Amino acid sequence: MMFVRISGALAALLLASGIACAQGAKPTDPQIAHIAYTAGQLDIEAAQQALQKSKNKEVRDFATNMETDHKAVNDKALALVKKLNVKPEDNDTSKAMTKQAAEKRAELAKLSGAAFDKAYIDNEVAYHKAVNGALEKTLIPSASNGELKDLLTTGLKIFQGHEQHAEHVAADLK
Amino acid sequence: MRIEKLGFTPAQVSAHVGDTIEWVNADFIAHTATARNGAWDVMIPANAKRSVVLKADGTVDYYCKLHPNMTGSVSVAK
Repeated sequence: MMFVRISGALAALLLASGIACAQGAKPTDPQIAHIAYTAGQLDIEAAQQALQKSKNKEVRDFATNMETDHKAVNDKALALVKKLNVKPEDNDTSKAMTKQAAEKRAELAKLSGAAFDKAYIDNEVAYHKAVNGALEKTLIPSASNGELKDLLTTGLKIFQGHEQHAEHVAADLK
Repeated sequence: MRIEKLGFTPAQVSAHVGDTIEWVNADFIAHTATARNGAWDVMIPANAKRSVVLKADGTVDYYCKLHPNMTGSVSVAK
């Protein structure tokens, strides 16, 4: 898969639309489970960096909730794939997301104070927008198993909430 | 009242001053019930219930601070 260096948010949005193209056909349930789990795990890691670096209460509260909520959803996802005997399958999309997140964390590592806070929150808005778009347009419609579809749908509502929460914090940081 | 799949159910309720409103959180994540006018701000952990006494009359719009896509309102009569 060709990987072009563009601004973070734009790359994230292209990623979201590229999921279907990258796989050729629609993603399978094992791939969908892996993508959803990875998306959550990456947001947990971003939150952990924010909790190490940020001194802003609103940002810290947001990051704490990212960690808690995504862990809760991922625990549910793990329990479900175990119950369904589905083995999450690594794929180009998960790999690209993981690489991009590592690059963003390296970028954020160089910042501190208000600059870090703004960059972290702005990325959280963009990231949640991209993941939510992928869930809505590709992952949920492509999911074959009904329970997986249900969990992804609940996840989407939670993550839409995260997007709005991040937007509130972004507005307060201005 | 119930919180389920990121929704306050029912979305609109009526009560009287002095009534207690209780939220039962059936979701596996925590939510808040935060009055937009600052009257109350309740944290409801996953699979738990919390309540608040309605001390003032009027309509209070509220939302979840963590998931602002969740909204509800309480109309409190004297």
